[in-house]
Amino acid sequence: MKIVVCVKQVPDSAAKVVVENGQVTWGEAPLVINPWDEFAVEAALVQKETHGGEVTVVSVGEEISKEALKHALAMGCGEAVLISDPALAGADSQAVARVLAAAIQKMGDVDLVFFGRQAIDGDMAVTAAQTARALNWPALTLVSVISSVEGGSIKVERSTEEGRQMVEARLPAVVSVAKDIGEPRYPSFMGIRKASRALIPTWSLGDLGIGTLASAVKWPELLNVPLREVVTEIITGGSPQEIADQMAEKILAGKVL
Amino acid sequence: MSNKVWVYIDQLKGKSHLASWETLGAGSALAAQLGGGVTAVVFGDQAKVVAAEAFQYGAAEVLYADDATLSDYRPEPYTTLLSKLAKEGGAEVILFPTTTRGREVAAMSAIDLNTGVMPDVTAIDAQDGRVVVTRPVYAGKLLAKAVCTADPQLITTRVRAFPKPEADAGRTGTPTAVGAALGEADILTKVTGYTQSTGGVSLSDAEVIVSGGRGVSNNPSLTPPAGLDEKQVEIWRAQQGFKLIGELASVLGAAVGASRAAVDAGYIPYEHQVGQTGKVVSPDLYIACGISGAIQHQAGMRTSKVIVAVNKDPEAPIFKMARYGVVGDLYAIVPALTEALHKKLGK
Repeated sequence: MKIVVCVKQVPDSAAKVVVENGQVTWGEAPLVINPWDEFAVEAALVQKETHGGEVTVVSVGEEISKEALKHALAMGCGEAVLISDPALAGADSQAVARVLAAAIQKMGDVDLVFFGRQAIDGDMAVTAAQTARALNWPALTLVSVISSVEGGSIKVERSTEEGRQMVEARLPAVVSVAKDIGEPRYPSFMGIRKASRALIPTWSLGDLGIGTLASAVKWPELLNVPLREVVTEIITGGSPQEIADQMAEKILAGKVL
Repeated sequence: MSNKVWVYIDQLKGKSHLASWETLGAGSALAAQLGGGVTAVVFGDQAKVVAAEAFQYGAAEVLYADDATLSDYRPEPYTTLLSKLAKEGGAEVILFPTTTRGREVAAMSAIDLNTGVMPDVTAIDAQDGRVVVTRPVYAGKLLAKAVCTADPQLITTRVRAFPKPEADAGRTGTPTAVGAALGEADILTKVTGYTQSTGGVSLSDAEVIVSGGRGVSNNPSLTPPAGLDEKQVEIWRAQQGFKLIGELASVLGAAVGASRAAVDAGYIPYEHQVGQTGKVVSPDLYIACGISGAIQHQAGMRTSKVIVAVNKDPEAPIFKMARYGVVGDLYAIVPALTEALHKKLGK
């Protein structure tokens, strides 16, 4: 089976992210592979281990994104590709989806494409569905369980507001995975050594046959979140009952309920 | 079909997702700025029932499609139909609720319609005839203003970020039936079944949430059953703790939440997790029990209107966000609070 997994490099989830002079900054905090994408890499590797074949990891971004690709290689992906081009600056989600779709077409004969549920920087959670649409392949998003992949079709359980939805789709297909797909493995020592020596090719938009790339969404302004102005009242009392009574009063008096 | 503003109503099997009406309210406010009324669209099993509701919540026109191919929600036939109608009807803005389905149809329609999508927005404004949205990014650490330079401008509204309008039973209309855009042979997916979630109040649209953290397993005064190993004892203790949280939630009609630490330790299933890698919630009241309030947890609950914290550690970061705090043992405080609210609410 030919499997592709798409990853993104993002600031660590514990980073203090602020806007300074209109620019986003996260200080000294490290850039890491998007935590949701580690679940996608895990799901891709499990499919490879079950059915054989190869996993290629791909990212759209600047040179620094090779670190996320190396993390995925160290986890066990066989090959990596970086898509980088000055014309990608400011690309919106549908533009990125078209670029990923073109890269997947270029690789040829891909059976399954995996994504994490969302990237923790933009929190858009649309790229998997958009890439599927650009390829005209089935979109299976928020997948919690892959029940089977056989006979040219895939059966999955998706998580929705009401519970699980069981879906069957023809291959090739695009899958985005939820957290309960399974804990991602740690990179192995051998994997880290292999990844550190890996030569990662970079594809430009020209390599993908894309002339001009149109983005519709613009971001005119970034703002820090106004500080939560809260005066904390610590409730004390002689007994838990006394404290609880006061607390219940406060909650009810504030017309919270 | 001359309305500029359209609203996609999310429903499953004739039951509308309530966030759809918040979105319709946001659409009406936007239409008041841009001119015209709101065209609502609803697809699926018993869509006509939901169409009648849409008039009550303020739609000027409703298009509905109820076809065998649309009976189960599937992204391809829903997206293809919406894109076709939007093109024919000249929609300039389409709003969707940020449900799993709404976000997906919006995302895929952007590809069909060659436009952009701005998901999960918390504010909408019109400037010079274009829509300017505000959306949280970096797990709500920053806010970004965004615009879409192509039409239709596709926007999904965050659940509980916009007020739900009052339904007016006197408002009625005749919905317009439309046919499906894809035949079954052209659809790449098949829905083979459903399982209901384990019940209880859904976190995302809950008005009140009671959450437990790692601290729920620390009750030293409990004697676990014999024969359990160390991890089993910890889980057993946590379950006793979450039982107390569940009882408080039950009195308040609240949903039960949890921190990542509690989920990762195996105390409670992932579907209860609040935070950056769980659900982002925005209740009127959030009661955090035994949760220290790591930055990743804050990302999921910082927009709660009133936060109450119960924690042994007076230095826990959660107290910096809380309106009311109790420094103490949650095993004593939580049952007492359940009892006190039970009496005062007469339930």
